[in-house]
Amino acid sequence: MEFNTNFILGCSAIGAGLAVIAGIGPGVGQGIAAGHAAAAVGRNPGAKSDVTSTMLLGQAVAETTGLYGLLIAMLLLFVKPLV
Amino acid sequence: MGQGVLLSESADIDFMVHGVFSYSFFGHTVWITTTHVCVLIVMLVIIGFCFAANRAVKHASEVPGTFQNIVELIIEMLDNMIGGVMGKFSPKFRNYIGTIFIFILLSNISGLFGLRPPTADYGVTLPLGIMTFVLIHFNKFRYQKVKGVVAGLCDPWPFWAPINIIGDVAVPISLSLRLFANVLSGTVMLALVYGLLAKIAIIWPAVLHVYFDLFSGAIQTYVFCMLTMTYITDACTTDG
Repeated sequence: MEFNTNFILGCSAIGAGLAVIAGIGPGVGQGIAAGHAAAAVGRNPGAKSDVTSTMLLGQAVAETTGLYGLLIAMLLLFVKPLV
Repeated sequence: MGQGVLLSESADIDFMVHGVFSYSFFGHTVWITTTHVCVLIVMLVIIGFCFAANRAVKHASEVPGTFQNIVELIIEMLDNMIGGVMGKFSPKFRNYIGTIFIFILLSNISGLFGLRPPTADYGVTLPLGIMTFVLIHFNKFRYQKVKGVVAGLCDPWPFWAPINIIGDVAVPISLSLRLFANVLSGTVMLALVYGLLAKIAIIWPAVLHVYFDLFSGAIQTYVFCMLTMTYITDACTTDG
């Protein structure tokens, strides 16, 4: 019983670590968005504020998938659904 | 069980919701938690500001004073934001969107003042998402009528309806989870910094506060209101 509980907790920690790998996707996506926004501002400096607000909105939406990964990690570590 | 495995039980890290006191409600134990207390504090701040703003506007002068200027600035900013997205539907939803904007913004920022942000509790963000969901579908039935709603469900083909329904149900969940997870991640990060690096966490965590509480909180507020407005406008527009 003791072994089982600790084993599950350890596996939960590994799973949490694996779950936050989801952060790679949003990182790449936000980088692409920021790059394109920078290019757009370079081409049309007058539209800087519009481009920036659109970029931030899109990045915040793109961040969601990474946050789902984080949420799973949080659940595994602190709510311990499997124990 | 498992001390040392989880940092929350060994080090002095604290970002969970705590119960303040419990009472019995028809045989169920109901807890008043820190979230309730923080929501109450945020509400009191908003109500106090509203009374002050009401007084300032009632005694409005031709040349506005400092406080009147601030109130007018806030209202104008909200009006511009809402009018820019919703167009001709904006007068109807200005009150609602303005209210949730101010509430979410103050909730997110309240981490700066040592409270646990109320929006870092799923019990606060899910109702916000559900309110958006109800508004979307109420307006859909009101403007597009039953025929338009059925036509929207069977959009490409009739057998596509289950997928459209899943898409509709996912809206409030993704809205509320986005806000919740963003604020929670900021709260957890700051709790880790203060818990694990307590000896050297002297002035520099202020930078993290600016990013996680102010910047991230403001952006997420903007995103939540923007998406709510977009969805509602979408539901109001009848596109044949």
